[in-house]
Amino acid sequence: MTQARDDAHGPAHDHDHGHEGGDAYHATYRGYLTGFALSVVLTALPFWLVMGKGLPSPVLTSAAVLVFAAVQVVVHMLYFLHMNAKVEQGWSLLALIFTGVLVVIMLAGSVWVMHHLNTNMMPVHEMKNLP
Amino acid sequence: MQTTLSPSLPTAGPLSVLRPAAPRFYDDGTHHPPSGTLLGFWLYLMSDCLIFAVLFAVYAVMGRSYAAGPSGADLFDLPLVAVNTAMLLLSSITYGFAMIGMQQRRVRAVLGWLAVTGLFGAAFVGLELFEFTHLIHEGAGPQRSAFLSSFFALVGTHGLHVSFGIVWLATLMLQVRRLGLTQANRRRLMCLSMFWHFLDVVWIGVFSVVYLMGSLPVTA
Repeated sequence: MTQARDDAHGPAHDHDHGHEGGDAYHATYRGYLTGFALSVVLTALPFWLVMGKGLPSPVLTSAAVLVFAAVQVVVHMLYFLHMNAKVEQGWSLLALIFTGVLVVIMLAGSVWVMHHLNTNMMPVHEMKNLP
Repeated sequence: MQTTLSPSLPTAGPLSVLRPAAPRFYDDGTHHPPSGTLLGFWLYLMSDCLIFAVLFAVYAVMGRSYAAGPSGADLFDLPLVAVNTAMLLLSSITYGFAMIGMQQRRVRAVLGWLAVTGLFGAAFVGLELFEFTHLIHEGAGPQRSAFLSSFFALVGTHGLHVSFGIVWLATLMLQVRRLGLTQANRRRLMCLSMFWHFLDVVWIGVFSVVYLMGSLPVTA
């Protein structure tokens, strides 16, 4: 990847300065292939768990699928989106964490509130017996 | 400020009143701060992430409300979903190869990998459309139940994003072919890279929560 650096600082036609625009990070085949291999494993395992019924209970399978998904999201963030604390002086990571907190509040809050709403709702057959 | 000052100072201009001496900036022109486009685009992606989060929340609440209609276990064709997932994952890594080609300033490599990425993306959208038409023909359209409404809203929004990503990708291929890997084009390729990988991240949530967990029997 040193060649790209040299090009960027060489006599380019478009006023390159290396760290602007297209050169915010340095992607490598190794990085992408590592991320790809991890993703394939992390995708195949939950599919196998559900299709092959690898775990005894659906609750356990659901939990495993969610864990695999969470790990794979992190893998994609690191290897494909090149997220770290240095990108844009840390502002990207800050925005990501903030969004993550919002998403967790929104998802957990919705599921929690609506679950209680559902369980406390009067069943339809009882409603018919009302005077 | 400017409008009131400028008529009375026709020769000097408004700024000379506010800044009598030339200011000494920290940035003397030798240091170029990085462009804000990538951070701005990242912030757009984060707001897009909130859209998907809301759709996921709707699906999480409505996903088991079948209205006596078919459930996910009845409808979902998991081998097809696995192939679809593979298409998107493959398109992610081929886009990565295009970015490596960009770093090495190899226009042909960039165009080739972008074309492969576009084909994988098109295959993904094609399979999804096939699945949607199949569901609708079976009478499991979005109007059948709350489960199917939220399913079509979430998966359809993702598919729409991928479709627009393909249009953007084709546009960028033309740009790169005409103008080469200029700084502006590299910046655009970086933005599309983030967009494309972000859509793959959203798809992880879709295949895990919607397809895999939706195919499991109801436990509660």
